[in-house]
Amino acid sequence: MKTRYFEYFIGPQHPGVTGNMSYHLWARGDEIVKMEPSVGYLHRGFEKLMEQREWIKNVPMVPRICVPEPDVNEILYAMGVEELAGITPPERAQYIRVLVLEMARMAAYLFYFGGVAGALGLYTIPQWTIGDRDYILDRFEELTGGRIYHIYIQPGGVRRDIPEGFRERVLKLMDYLERRLKDYDRLMFYNAVVEKRTKGVGVIEKEYALQMGVTGPNLRASGYPADVRKDDPYLVYDRLEFDVPITGDGDIYSRMLQRRLEFEESIKIVRQVLESIPEGPIMVKLPHPLEWKVPQGDVYVKVESSKGEYGYYIVSDGGVKPYRIHVRGPSMPHCFQAAKEKIVGMRIADVPVMIFSLDICPPDIER
Amino acid sequence: MSVKSLFSPLDAIKFLFKKPHTVRVPYEKKEPATRYRGVHVNDWEKCIGCGNCARICTCQAITMVPIDTIEPKPGTTNLRPQVDYGRCSFCGQCVDICPTGSLKLSTEYLIVSPNREDYVFIPNLNRDSGPGTGWESDIETHLLKFDKEEMPERLPEERKKDFDPVILGFADEQAVVEGYRCLGCALCVDGCPTHMFIPEYIEKIREAKYKDALDIFFKNNPLPEICGIVCTHNCEDACIYSWRGQPVQIRYLKGFGASKVGNYGEVIKVDKEKKIGKRVAVIGAGPAGLTLAFYLRKYGIEVIIYEAYPEPGGMMRYGIPRYRLPEKVLRKEIEFIKSTGVEIKFNTKVGREIKLKELLQEYDAVFIGVGFHRGLTMRIPGEDAVGVIQAADFLRDVSMGKEVKIGKRVIVVGGGDVAMDASRTALRLGAEEVIIMYRRRWVDMPAHEEEKREAKDEGVIFMTQTLPVEIVKNEDGSIKVVKYVKTRMVDRGGRRPEPVPIEDEVYEMEADTVIQAIGQRADYSLLNEEFKGKIQLDERGTRIIVDENGMTSVEGLFAGGDVVNRRGDIVSAIADARKAARGILKYLGVR
Repeated sequence: MKTRYFEYFIGPQHPGVTGNMSYHLWARGDEIVKMEPSVGYLHRGFEKLMEQREWIKNVPMVPRICVPEPDVNEILYAMGVEELAGITPPERAQYIRVLVLEMARMAAYLFYFGGVAGALGLYTIPQWTIGDRDYILDRFEELTGGRIYHIYIQPGGVRRDIPEGFRERVLKLMDYLERRLKDYDRLMFYNAVVEKRTKGVGVIEKEYALQMGVTGPNLRASGYPADVRKDDPYLVYDRLEFDVPITGDGDIYSRMLQRRLEFEESIKIVRQVLESIPEGPIMVKLPHPLEWKVPQGDVYVKVESSKGEYGYYIVSDGGVKPYRIHVRGPSMPHCFQAAKEKIVGMRIADVPVMIFSLDICPPDIER
Repeated sequence: MSVKSLFSPLDAIKFLFKKPHTVRVPYEKKEPATRYRGVHVNDWEKCIGCGNCARICTCQAITMVPIDTIEPKPGTTNLRPQVDYGRCSFCGQCVDICPTGSLKLSTEYLIVSPNREDYVFIPNLNRDSGPGTGWESDIETHLLKFDKEEMPERLPEERKKDFDPVILGFADEQAVVEGYRCLGCALCVDGCPTHMFIPEYIEKIREAKYKDALDIFFKNNPLPEICGIVCTHNCEDACIYSWRGQPVQIRYLKGFGASKVGNYGEVIKVDKEKKIGKRVAVIGAGPAGLTLAFYLRKYGIEVIIYEAYPEPGGMMRYGIPRYRLPEKVLRKEIEFIKSTGVEIKFNTKVGREIKLKELLQEYDAVFIGVGFHRGLTMRIPGEDAVGVIQAADFLRDVSMGKEVKIGKRVIVVGGGDVAMDASRTALRLGAEEVIIMYRRRWVDMPAHEEEKREAKDEGVIFMTQTLPVEIVKNEDGSIKVVKYVKTRMVDRGGRRPEPVPIEDEVYEMEADTVIQAIGQRADYSLLNEEFKGKIQLDERGTRIIVDENGMTSVEGLFAGGDVVNRRGDIVSAIADARKAARGILKYLGVR
């Protein structure tokens, strides 16, 4: 009998940053002919679980839909419920929310650099980036009481005010990260190995990306300027000055560089927020949370996450629990459409790099 | 390849002298942040076992378990949260909803054990990392609102001119906001003498299901709107919010709910014609008598109330002024009870027009529900002067519409609710200056806080630690001056500090009227010689002793209200009457 394909599995044991998921590969020699992603090994069924809990009880649960950047889930849930209930969170809370979101974006990007570089076999980079990410987590711990799952943003505002001395420590951290970017540049972006392995590999063309519903940095790396923060500003993003850089090659290198450039913008935003944050209350008190009935209606809210456009569609039938919540995670088109088709024809060694470069996260597919 | 790139690896040498990210030698322990959310700490002393932490826990990590060593205080339970750290996600919502603030997450986070059971435990103070650390409960960021919804009321300058109601009642949306503060923990039910189903009716009120709410009110209180305005709200004192903030205004919510139903007869069905051949006489058409009548009528027992005065209501009518309890409300609820088939014989004083003995012979059972209409006197020289009057008589005369003469300067002696009512009534009758003299301090006054505040707002002058010692008469018998002394408080280990007069300095004050409001007692003339020995009274001879069925030591004779309980308020009278109603039903073999 003639052997036509070799079958390979990446996962479902934890294959890296992405969380447990499985990539089933068919390869002819070193060339991939087919890829079948499979999710459902962890963090499942949130949408259904949310229907069974009172509105406030979902606050600790939503962050679990995304491990590297949990805060987008918190903000989306809070924003959606606030819109349904007609609550406007205080100004100060909105600024703090932006601060949290941008710090989370940076932490997620650092994680991302480590992930891609790890897949390339360059282990110094993950050691550095994940170490630096820990400094951001330290600040999160100070602000929110938690390192990974912050459970900090809730409908009506944020749960605690900024602690004393926090502002200075964050500014110091920003200075440090800005300095570190130069090290990263030399280590990663001017690295001959990285350039060789990633330039011109895994190209996603602009038209294709738009057709497939690719969003966020992955889309911008393909050369299409789209950012929810600019296009449909939420919170106080319209009052902050920042650019949306566009790289345009659409390859793995371009996706990495895209995030590297956006990292600087996030530092800029954090500095502005810390400068202009107003005094005042941090939350609006809800009615008794366990009996709270959110008025009937439905709402779609979206934010720009580190992975792309993240959205929540929330339906309330006027009861104490949500009627239906749909989570629009950005990884679904990235994984099941873009990656699945673009991996065909790649070499086996490039597959993990491709997967990590798209920042695919299984919980927001199988949510 | 340039020379520069040849040397660039040497650049890495600079990292040799940098502190590494993770493993540091010598070992440096990572200190958690001040606000870190670690394992739970629970102050068992403060915890009341309400179970809200278990209710909010999204991971169902908390179960309430009874602790045998804890003796629950009234209104609390001996349940304490047990946390399963296999489930807990350390979100801290249990802390943010803990009404007493007993629960917190400390910065301790290590639980290391090979045994599975060690990860499930009942937190106490053992792992506390100290005050100011960890995730602590804070009123500002609490999930619950500790501030009440303010009841709208008329301005003091305006309201003191007439007898129209002081409070205006909640707007619909206010009632919803206030109603949603209720946690449903039901601590208040233990506080209420008649154990009304408070969380249940608050739920109906905030959903605007007023008829359902009324149904719940009438299970154990047939005077909900009256109680919703003038109740002494023991329930609110028991409310969990009162520990750290302002309690849910259960009283006003009840009043609001009841006021939304115009005709009780549509909701509460009592067959007017139903008669099972048993007859009960009730003495006094006050809250106790009316309540008893209502609950007996539900079983078809004929009830005849003997009332000494020309109008029904008892102390509700003759003790409470109309600006606190409007005539409309009083009439609405009493008329409803009358409409269930209760007969009231007015101007019939038992002991005068008819003898108690005759009632006992004629009826299957008799209930005494008379109020404390007779005021106590100060027992000081000169109190027989013209212009020295009793608060109870004064309030009754005003309520009856009699013309009451009141001078320009009125001194009210006493610090209870009656003193507040008398002083504010005097203001409304045109007194220019009303002074309350009370022998203890402001904080010791038995009057309710809001009564005191309202009186003060209206311009009543409070002279605390002041004791009248003599009233000097003019030749025509009218008051010339009131002599008084100041007192100092001496703690003798009793319930309250004792006032001791400072005898050296005696002050004088001119006054036109002195109103005595230092306490009241019942008029026991209805118990003539025959019953004096038979009915068991307490050691002071003011209250009748009843058994658990509300029956006195005379068979077939029941009692309730002021003559039985110490509290002497409407809701206690209702509670007594319900007890007696059950007792009578049992005594008559109806239920």
